[in-house]
Amino acid sequence: MLSIKNLHASVEGKEILKGINLEIKAGEVHAIMGPNGSGKSTLSQVLAGNEAFEVTDGEVVMNGENLLELETEERAREGIFLAFQYPVEIPGVSNMQFLRTAVNAMRKHHGEEEMNAAEFMKLAKDVSRQVDLDPAFLKRGVNEGFSGGEKKRNEIMQALLLQPKLAILDETDSGLDIDALKVVADGVNALRSQDRAILMVTHYQRLLNHIVPDYVHVLAGGRIIKSGGRELALELEEKGYGWLGIKDEATADNAAN
Amino acid sequence: MATTDQEVNELIKREYEHGFVTNIESDTFEPGLNEDVIARLSGIKKEPEWMLEWRLKAYRRWLEMDEPDWAHVGYPKIDYNSISYYSAPKRKEDMPQSLDEVDPELLKTYEKLGIPLHEREKLAGVAVDAVFDSVSVATTFKEPLAKAGVIFCSISEAIRDYPELVQKYLGSVVPHGDNFFAGLNSAVFSDGTFVYVPKGVRCPMELSTYFRINAANTGQFERTLIIADEGSYVSYLEGCTAPMRDENQLHAAVVELVALDDAQIKYSTVQNWYPGDEEGKGGIYNFVTKRGACIGKNSKISWTQVETGSAVTWKYPSCVLRGDNSVGEFYSVALTHNYQQADTGTKMIHLGKNTRSTIISKGISAGKSSNAYRGLVKFGPGAEGARNFTQCDSLLIGDRCGAHTFPYIESKNKSAIVEHEATTSKVSDEQMFLCRQRGIDPEQAVSMIVNGFCKEVFKELPMEFAVEAGKLLEVSLEGSVG
Ligand SMILES: Nc1ncnc2c1ncn2[C@@H]1O[C@H](COP(=O)(O)OP(=O)(O)O)[C@@H](O)[C@H]1O
Ligand SMILES: [Mg+2]
Repeated sequence: MLSIKNLHASVEGKEILKGINLEIKAGEVHAIMGPNGSGKSTLSQVLAGNEAFEVTDGEVVMNGENLLELETEERAREGIFLAFQYPVEIPGVSNMQFLRTAVNAMRKHHGEEEMNAAEFMKLAKDVSRQVDLDPAFLKRGVNEGFSGGEKKRNEIMQALLLQPKLAILDETDSGLDIDALKVVADGVNALRSQDRAILMVTHYQRLLNHIVPDYVHVLAGGRIIKSGGRELALELEEKGYGWLGIKDEATADNAAN
Repeated sequence: MATTDQEVNELIKREYEHGFVTNIESDTFEPGLNEDVIARLSGIKKEPEWMLEWRLKAYRRWLEMDEPDWAHVGYPKIDYNSISYYSAPKRKEDMPQSLDEVDPELLKTYEKLGIPLHEREKLAGVAVDAVFDSVSVATTFKEPLAKAGVIFCSISEAIRDYPELVQKYLGSVVPHGDNFFAGLNSAVFSDGTFVYVPKGVRCPMELSTYFRINAANTGQFERTLIIADEGSYVSYLEGCTAPMRDENQLHAAVVELVALDDAQIKYSTVQNWYPGDEEGKGGIYNFVTKRGACIGKNSKISWTQVETGSAVTWKYPSCVLRGDNSVGEFYSVALTHNYQQADTGTKMIHLGKNTRSTIISKGISAGKSSNAYRGLVKFGPGAEGARNFTQCDSLLIGDRCGAHTFPYIESKNKSAIVEHEATTSKVSDEQMFLCRQRGIDPEQAVSMIVNGFCKEVFKELPMEFAVEAGKLLEVSLEGSVG
């Protein structure tokens, strides 16, 4: 489904991704782990088409199509979804209006009829309950005054509504207490399907107790330095990033958690 | 995001859709202004002697006045002798007695603008007075209004048919010498709308005037006077458009509102005069004076405006809160792009006890435009317990535009309370990226973000027009994110 070859990307002239290679097939769940600043968010943003990042080399092909040639919104309509690490607020625009506009943009792209407000309301209410968000959140401004955990659940709700082909989840577990983590994990597990791939970016392995990945990759200094199965994450947790010769100031916090 | 800027710019580039010219035979004065021109104008309109005197007095006063230069706008000097002060569609008879007699070309023009005047397809629940260049061409729903005792007609008719009311109130809120443009308007106003709502009557429908400038080199100087007698209520809406022309055209209107005891007037404007092209060529100079007087106790005047058009806007709808417990409100959305300039805001003059005012201003700037809010809140010595709340928000799209806020507060009463909040924000790259990542088109994203920003003001508009205003913003924004 997704094939990344020798991907290099920089921001403000500074090279962050230094040759990423990754193959993801439909139905698979991949976890990308790595210390802070290793380029996990950069990789996520580059795949989604954030123009703040410049791709300097390499290729990304999704279902036979050169992804790098597509605009952000075209990639989204082709099925790329990014759950943001830091979701931004849009004051005054209701979550409901925002989501319906998004869902209808996708439907239109696929030649389906747009959903009217009533139909959409019903769907959105169901999905919001699925991530344990009070449907009252639908009426509030997008992420406006949401707590950290609410923002994350809101991201997963969007993934459930938009039913992407490739869901990239950027630290969707960070800042969640154990109950919220469970809710988010249930949401992600509900997304798992034969024709969908999930790329989970995380600093810690705890999320992987709930969502068991097929593959684990370790990203450091803009390169994938080690890949393996589920057990790689457990090993990392036990030994810390230092085990792989990587410095990580956050590993100490990890132990404290 | 580098490309976002480009996208926004393309968005903004969308063409002005009301820019067509109607081919119609007109009687138009030669350009130039002097006492003879005013006498001719007054003569054509068959005005009584007192009206001509009133105009001439204003004219003489105007000659002594200077054009204001304090606003945050710049435009070449206007030659007031190069403007024609009267243009009217030629008619077979004197005045059309019914819509059937109105020139079909004219009716077509209004239909094209989405304002049907035909009896069979009139706007549901909205009575419309259509002003084309210098004259009122049609007024709908006259009969049901008359049944309720509401007078809704052109100001020319009112001068002839209701002279006592007109003489009593015309110039009572905005006197001749108030300012340069009001002085000019008083001398040469050619038409406009008159509304009188009698005691205790709640006007049964929305009243609306639709202004259209068609002729070239013509100024439009309309005069609106609305009087809400004791305990009455009226909601009034004005809309405006003009053809695209390379020369600038002057629009200098005066609107006066008078609210007696316990009366309420809600005045909404959707202003979409031609803004000029991308290079800043052409467009309307919109220099208007709008003021309401709450002369009665417990009276209330609300101004809601959505300003998206005009090359230069100079406009401060204001409230004089004379009656005790009277209330003034100002809700404004002003959007500028390309080279548009807007200096707009309000004045709340608190004179009576416990008077209250609310100001919510939303300025949106895109392209290379400049958008200024200017507001005065004044408390006289008698304004015991008066309060004002002002909230002034600016939204920038791209980084070549400007927003400015000039709040003035003058208080002669220690018990008066003012609260002021101001914010400036940008449509951020992160917001745009979020929207686009969810599959939303950039233009739709900008318009959604801007509409969200304006929400507090849009909810004050009558329903039909709130939708219209949202769409108008979308069109006006084509080509603009940053
Ligand atoms: N917009 C940006 N401008 C400048 N530097 C950035 C920007 N985004 C990320 N970086 C830098 O790129 C590196 C990788 O960051 P990021 O991808 O966020 O790492 P991670 O998500 O793994 O913590 C860091 O050194 C960070 O400071
Ligand atoms: Mg990150």
